[in-house]
Amino acid sequence: MTREEAPGDRDIAVVAFAQTDHRRTSEELSEVEMLMPVLHEVMASTGLKTADIDFTCSGSSDYLAGRAFSFTLALDGVGAWPPISESHVEMDGAWALYEAWVKLRTGDADTALVYSYGKSSPGSVRDVLTRQLDPYYLAPLWPDSVALAALQAQALIDTGATDEPALAAIGARSRADAAANPHAQLRGSVPQGEYLVRPLRTGDCPPIGDGAAAVVLAAGERARELCDRPAWIRGIDHRVEAHGIGVRDLTDSPSTRIAAERAGVHERPVDTAELHAPFSSQEVILRKVLGLDESVCVNPSGGASAANPIMAAGLIRIGEAAARIHRGESDRALAHATSGPCLQQNLVAVLEGDPR
Amino acid sequence: MSAILKAPLTVEFPFTRSLGPVQSAFLTGLRERVVLGVRTGDGRVLVPPVEYDPVTAEEIRDLVEVAPTGTVTTWAWNHEPRRGQPLDRPFAWVLVRLDGADTALLHALDAPGPDAVRTGMRVRVRWAEERSGAITDIACFEPYDGEPAEPAGHGGAFDDAVTGIVAAARLDYTYSPGRAQTGYIEALGDRRIVGERCPICRKVYVPPRGACPTCGVATEERVEVGPAGTVTTFCIVNIKAKNLDIEVPYVYAHIALDGAGLALHGRIAGIPYDRVRMGLRVEPVWTEGARYPDHYRPTGEPDADYDTYKELL
Repeated sequence: MTREEAPGDRDIAVVAFAQTDHRRTSEELSEVEMLMPVLHEVMASTGLKTADIDFTCSGSSDYLAGRAFSFTLALDGVGAWPPISESHVEMDGAWALYEAWVKLRTGDADTALVYSYGKSSPGSVRDVLTRQLDPYYLAPLWPDSVALAALQAQALIDTGATDEPALAAIGARSRADAAANPHAQLRGSVPQGEYLVRPLRTGDCPPIGDGAAAVVLAAGERARELCDRPAWIRGIDHRVEAHGIGVRDLTDSPSTRIAAERAGVHERPVDTAELHAPFSSQEVILRKVLGLDESVCVNPSGGASAANPIMAAGLIRIGEAAARIHRGESDRALAHATSGPCLQQNLVAVLEGDPR
Repeated sequence: MSAILKAPLTVEFPFTRSLGPVQSAFLTGLRERVVLGVRTGDGRVLVPPVEYDPVTAEEIRDLVEVAPTGTVTTWAWNHEPRRGQPLDRPFAWVLVRLDGADTALLHALDAPGPDAVRTGMRVRVRWAEERSGAITDIACFEPYDGEPAEPAGHGGAFDDAVTGIVAAARLDYTYSPGRAQTGYIEALGDRRIVGERCPICRKVYVPPRGACPTCGVATEERVEVGPAGTVTTFCIVNIKAKNLDIEVPYVYAHIALDGAGLALHGRIAGIPYDRVRMGLRVEPVWTEGARYPDHYRPTGEPDADYDTYKELL
């Protein structure tokens, strides 16, 4: 592709993906020390140098770090001198990828580096996540992330859509699949455990851990130069619904449904779906609204049940889906990322490899 | 190197927040044991109320009183309450649709155990004894098997309305500075200052953060720098900082320690403030029990030549 083509028609692809081994704690490393090997790996796999990257975008959260502007320290790992074109979202890296995709679509950039990271080990992530809630009606009550997901799970059980054994099976299947994923934090058989907040048991909830991920995007012919089989982003969209959880039907996810329609999920069947469902009950909802049947391979990486580094877990879903296309294990994959309580915000992308 | 350093870190903010007309009426109502909702253009009643219709984004201001009794729409049993949550004994989180409302309010339900809770059960508000105009004026909900309470039809106008809340937030962390900064802090304990050299550009970073921001690679070669250095630039501080026992005016300077690739900053003393100059040679002064240099003082050497530090300004 050349610059003469209309920018809006540019094809954008994920050409490389790397992630850390996700662990319960990485206290021996600062954030930049944890992130840097991933940046080096993703750059090395494309042969690109920092100076070759037109746009850099990252996702992270100061509330996890407990420090203001913590992402500026992580920039040291990028090599930001001479000055680079850079942006940051205080969200999961999937949304940083969306911003980078827009930048590439405008024609202002041909390549982009997207990374995100989160260290949950320094704090109490259940408490930290209460600070993203409405500060007038919700945050003063400190309802933690597991409690809110448990309300959603019970609402789902009340409809008859699932039950506790079915939820346990989702977590077990995910972690069994994760046995083949060397980066996952929980792999193989893990006890379902006691209730954390009923009806959710430990096995229904994501592990708490530290980790980072990075992706390289490229446009058109540049993508073909950098990757044997680029994972073309055929559509990507994100939607948000009402903040108040008492306003929403917690058993549904209209934002995911709309994002999927706009991303073109239903134009042709997908063979793989990487869903960001931190809680087992959320996979039930996502499968329903995305119309995924048993023919679709869901979360072959193990998903967020096996590793959920906050701020990176959504970007990892896109990276895992793309990596399967790179390896020739998938031709058309769906990737989903979520943010906020009870699936408040959702991003859906469709990735395709060239026909074989 | 010994173990990685760790220290407790508490982040605490008392956020002062303004209330718009709708939230002001709702929270003032709670203080007066009145629960208010807001009616949308299509006639639905939202409790807790918001200022804009979540579907149409239309501004909504039509306040309507609802009952303090209602129905549980979903619940979750919380057997281990966490700090700040409404009850300090096991309780159920509940979403409650109050009688007269179309949406649900999140709160706690005081119940003896999970077997006493179900979706569809009837509950009522238990008011806090002391109320200030906050969501916590509802102490919790409690099971209730009587008739729906009849709201008095309050219109939402109050004398002495609450116009703001203070939302306290406290989060506790265990901070660890990572490998590079741990090495720096440990060396300070021996009154040494160490940096790390970039394997590509050879610059020595002090304090080290583990990465060269120019080359984007890890810095691992530890290098001792100083103890003496050169003032590269400085300012004169004329305003006394709160809780700081230093007489003004004093000089705060960038100091390029010998062997360092960039300047760090510190206070200059042992010389009148108006005689500090670029190129002045200084050395750190450690006070008993301190974990870092208290200040820097002149070494008495001749001033450094500008060319030796011009890249470090």
